[in-house]
Amino acid sequence: MKSASIKLKNVGVVFPVYNASSLSLKNRMLSAITGGIIDRRHDGISLVKGLENIDLNICSGERVGLVGHNGAGKTTLLRILSGIFEPTSGKADIRGSCNSLINIGLGIDPEATGRENILLRGVMMGMKPSKVMRNIDDIIDFTGLGDFIDLPFRTYSTGMQMRLAFAVSTSIRPQILIMDEWLSTGDEEFRERANQRISEIVNLSEILILASHSRELLLSNCNRVVWLEHGKVRMDGKAEDVVKTYFGH
Amino acid sequence: MTKPPNSDFSQTEVSIANNSSLMLGVDDLRAAIRQKHIFMTLGWQDVLARYRRSRVGAFWLTINMAVLIATLGIIFGLLFQTPIETFLPSVAIGIILWTLLSVTVSESCDSFSSARDTILQVKMPLSTQLIRVVVRNLIIFGHNALIIPIIFIFLAKPIDWISIYALLGLLLLILNIAWMSFVLSIVCTRFRDVTEIIKNLMQVMFYATPIIWGSEMLPKKISGIILDFNPFYHLITIIREPLLGQMPTFLNWVIPVSMAIIGWGLALTFFGYYKKRVAYWL
Repeated sequence: MKSASIKLKNVGVVFPVYNASSLSLKNRMLSAITGGIIDRRHDGISLVKGLENIDLNICSGERVGLVGHNGAGKTTLLRILSGIFEPTSGKADIRGSCNSLINIGLGIDPEATGRENILLRGVMMGMKPSKVMRNIDDIIDFTGLGDFIDLPFRTYSTGMQMRLAFAVSTSIRPQILIMDEWLSTGDEEFRERANQRISEIVNLSEILILASHSRELLLSNCNRVVWLEHGKVRMDGKAEDVVKTYFGH
Repeated sequence: MTKPPNSDFSQTEVSIANNSSLMLGVDDLRAAIRQKHIFMTLGWQDVLARYRRSRVGAFWLTINMAVLIATLGIIFGLLFQTPIETFLPSVAIGIILWTLLSVTVSESCDSFSSARDTILQVKMPLSTQLIRVVVRNLIIFGHNALIIPIIFIFLAKPIDWISIYALLGLLLLILNIAWMSFVLSIVCTRFRDVTEIIKNLMQVMFYATPIIWGSEMLPKKISGIILDFNPFYHLITIIREPLLGQMPTFLNWVIPVSMAIIGWGLALTFFGYYKKRVAYWL
């Protein structure tokens, strides 16, 4: 398997933000027919610059932290890096299998049993059903749900739901691992196992991208930190240096 | 850094630069077919969801449909004064095919917005979500199609060898439904009210297409215009007529075939051009 790499060249993202009226074809046609009467600015589409001129080269072996205030474009960048968004300008070249642990609760069917959800999520994340079936006992074991695994997901307590989502999401070993904050979940005993599991997949991944607000986490896991501000790279360098400037101490 | 072998994990993404829209669309479709286990699993899961709270599951739809067919068959058969042996099979096949067509087309409108969570979290070909809708409806169609042999047995109606052409017709129907879904999914994600327009249009077309009425009931003078310009008429005819023991006309075949070829070309180009915008529209 080829080694993973990420190359962003002059990447920009411009979001169209639609309101209810611009999502309607009828209104669009009316505004086209009436021409100048309805002002373009009132057509309900606002353009928001999410990212601007991002140049980023990440090679295999790098552990990259991502810092920035809310709205700095961290989530947008994470979505570009995981291939979910395609940049509206510039070029993104992402090689290697990628798994993002941004919101692990998504895509779960509450009516389906725990076992079915393991299959569903595993398949969505790119595993063949046969492979999920091979690993399913390990995953169930890890959740510690026991006989609950054959009950509908909606009957689970919040803690149990988190455990299941966590166990499936972390059951694959991607080349590029993308995380928004460290996943931490469950009671004392589970949290310990969860931390162990995350450290394991972090170590096995070729590239780690970790967005975080925690100084300690960034320093202990990353060797490089990128600081985003207003959709641009403000600073990019060794973890210690950037963290020092960003947190101010 | 050690790397465990994971040959089953097939999400290697290589971005393509400067490719034509058509190729981008084709690439997306090919990627989806390569990972066919995703849409098969999701499609099956959608159907299983209907079985979850009731043991009869998706057969509820079949039971509803059987009741509808029986009622329409009797009422309209009396109304038009046509013998039940010819009218009932025709109505049954027509309604079952129409359900496949119209439900798939309408559901494809929501295919991206209902899978919003998945699309925004996991990188997978967008075509996967569309084929999932088609797969789901084909499985349900498989349930409904059971009504047809039951009616044939009930009426002791013989099946002609010519019926084999219905399979070719079904393939053409599915191919045409699929490209329509590719176009509509994109349009409806951008313009949400188009979904309602499509649902409305499908309802109108149900009455404009000979399903609960026979094409021979139209006055000769206008039947050519009403039927030949209706693509859905040809799509239904190439399956229904062979099953009823008659060969469709040459025109009946030519139109679906050309629609499939031109439609797929245009749909994939359109899809390839706009697909990267879909995630932003959700």
